[in-house]
Amino acid sequence: MCLAIPAKVVSADPAGETAIVALGPVKKEISIALLDNVAIGDFVLVHVGFALHKLSPSEAERTLAMIREAGGESELEAFAGEAAA
Amino acid sequence: MKYVDEFRDRDLAEGLASAIRREAQSSRRYNIMEFCGGHTHAIFRYGVQDLMPENVNYVHGPGCPVCVLPVGRIDNALELAEEHGVILCSYGDMLRVPASKRRSLLKAKAGGADVRMVYSIDDSLKIARANPDREVVFFGIGFETTTPPTAVAIRKAQAEGLGNFSVFCNHVLTPAAIQHILESPEVRDIGSVSIDAFLGPSHVSSIIGSQPYEFFAEEFQRPVVIAGFEPLDVMQAALMAIRQINENRCEVENQYTRVVTREGNLKAQELVANVFELRPSFEWRGLGLVPYSALRIKEAYAAFDAERRFAIMTKPARDAKSCECPFILRGVKKPTDCKLFGTVCTPDSPIGSCMVSSEGACAAYWTYGRFRPQSSPAEAAA
Amino acid sequence: MTSAVARFAARETALPLDGTVEMIHGSGGRATAELVRALFHRHFDNALLAQGNDQAAFDVQAGRMVMTTDAHVISPLFFPGGDIGSLAVHGTINDVAMAGARPLYLSAAFILEEGFPLADLERIVASMARASREAGVPIVTGDTKVVEKGKGDGVFITTAGLGIVPRGVHISGDRAAPGDAILVSGTLGDHGVAVLSKRENLTFETEILSDSAALHGLVADMIAAVPGIHCLRDPTRGGLAATLNEIAQQSRVGMRLAEAAIPFKPDVLAACELLGLDPLYIANEGKLIAICGKAHAERLLGVMREHPLGRDAAIVGEVAADPHAFVQMQTRFGGSRMVDWLAGDPLPRIC
Repeated sequence: MCLAIPAKVVSADPAGETAIVALGPVKKEISIALLDNVAIGDFVLVHVGFALHKLSPSEAERTLAMIREAGGESELEAFAGEAAA
Repeated sequence: MKYVDEFRDRDLAEGLASAIRREAQSSRRYNIMEFCGGHTHAIFRYGVQDLMPENVNYVHGPGCPVCVLPVGRIDNALELAEEHGVILCSYGDMLRVPASKRRSLLKAKAGGADVRMVYSIDDSLKIARANPDREVVFFGIGFETTTPPTAVAIRKAQAEGLGNFSVFCNHVLTPAAIQHILESPEVRDIGSVSIDAFLGPSHVSSIIGSQPYEFFAEEFQRPVVIAGFEPLDVMQAALMAIRQINENRCEVENQYTRVVTREGNLKAQELVANVFELRPSFEWRGLGLVPYSALRIKEAYAAFDAERRFAIMTKPARDAKSCECPFILRGVKKPTDCKLFGTVCTPDSPIGSCMVSSEGACAAYWTYGRFRPQSSPAEAAA
Repeated sequence: MTSAVARFAARETALPLDGTVEMIHGSGGRATAELVRALFHRHFDNALLAQGNDQAAFDVQAGRMVMTTDAHVISPLFFPGGDIGSLAVHGTINDVAMAGARPLYLSAAFILEEGFPLADLERIVASMARASREAGVPIVTGDTKVVEKGKGDGVFITTAGLGIVPRGVHISGDRAAPGDAILVSGTLGDHGVAVLSKRENLTFETEILSDSAALHGLVADMIAAVPGIHCLRDPTRGGLAATLNEIAQQSRVGMRLAEAAIPFKPDVLAACELLGLDPLYIANEGKLIAICGKAHAERLLGVMREHPLGRDAAIVGEVAADPHAFVQMQTRFGGSRMVDWLAGDPLPRIC
């Protein structure tokens, strides 16, 4: 449920509580009424034309690193397993 | 697309798949209920189940606000469109959901009712401004993700004095639903159904935070892992759940840290608290009456409440006999257990909502799972 | 001819284009004749049409003929890259071409709604004329009716097309065989997204233009290189998914696709993400699917890529023996999914 997609803020109108976001090459106007301090360059999660939350680039990197690590550990164990056999 | 494509990476998927294969103990099964229809969608769309070992199963829960809306409420929406002649604005998801007597909003539209699909509630405000002599009603559905936009729109309508706009509020609450499932006799009773862990919804959690799930982990002694929306997220969350199960931990873990925090979006929560209040109970399709599980519009905004404005009474409508949606939604039965599945009830002529919404267990099974045997806890426990 | 009639016949064919369609335009009398002459004859401008008969008569060559018809009820009428008029011409030419046939003539019947602006009608007619001219396929006969306000969506257009199939060419949806290669002529989903960008309630900025185009030139090149092509079809409503499912059913075979091989423009993918739509189900109006024996696939691909309308052509999968006639796809992610036949139009989802 709740299809939401991360998009980049390319312009913002805090008074009007709207912003234009870009998802790749596609732009859309959305509402930022649910967030404070939205800045150009921020990534926000967009759902039914509203920004729900900012996305943290550092946490995104951390998550990817953990995913890579989990896969890497597996390879290492597999390698160790093969070496021991 | 940044922060999207990286979480769909094939090589990383293979890495996670081998980690899962390594850590899932072959002596037991792992039944992980993904609460959220969006997770079901991701699992099927990317074929994630193919990458999992045979003893790790995703069990599809009721996390589809379209699926759980009872027929009586859809009948009310039809009443608004057909008998009161309003312009009824709705998200696309609701248009084909069957009401009583196989009617639907789309069929009503074909019959001349003014039903309009909108992508955002803001569009319905625009329609209201453009049609001052018509009543415009927005069919509000969804979990906590979708509720804040409705709150914003109602406040905007009040600020503008948009007298012809109102909302038919059917917003429901996730933690209440999870609790209700966990308290159902089938789940409590060890041996009939086993759900070993939950994957918590991604975007509901971006609003409510991870804190509300701490109660479940504690009370029901089951791990909860809040998972992001992309296939790598769903896999990593399964791995985290497997680790918890192996280590006998029952914690709330957050896999979706790039968006979900412990407290969530406080501004959104405040806006919702300003506009809505809890209903003492609300009927959910398949789950019966669930206490404190749904919202209604507060007195202060009564002018924008379509239920008050049009004196809407909801009849408890009986779902078609033999329809096993109640059990399928709970993860107790699988679609093929239902006599109606594939015969009377198909995507072209759906009886229950499980078949209508593309996230509904039956529709997902029909569309994506037809060629491969699917397992459910009912099967798994056998 | 009396002098009054002669004067009438010699009148300027200019119309007051700031007017609207009225019931009288459909009555069959002088107003209809004026409209037809000033708008349709003037723009479509060919010898057969100019004869002014209710039908066009022409000699036929020996061989197999193809006839097709199409009704066009789209909304909005104008969209980036085209309009209902150009779409009608391209669509019907393509239906003829998908049999491997060379299109010869088109007809066009208009149902106009009372109150529809004549200036808009002229835009549509001029666009049809341009499409027809560029394709080299004239519109040789037509009809005009008017319905009361509220009973039509501005304008509905029905077209028919005639063509002739070259000797030795047998293209049909029931000819796909296990082992055959499945090709597409270019990026998918462009038209549907271009139209959505204009529809009320869904607004976003994108450079996507409808891919609406006449494919008979491309088809002619393809047949010249590989006369034994088994199937051709253009994936219009319902997109690649619907079309492949149709062919799978007709031929009683399965299809196995590779998601990574299917060409999409990044804008189209992004727009579909935003709206919760699956690009496999989005309409195309200037693309085709070709199914041919495996041995000819590379050659066919090469020929397609040489044509301006086939630059992004790709081999996207193969036909398999399958009693269930399932269309399956190996996802980019690694797992497999079904590509099923949707019950109705894809609706944007929030959930």
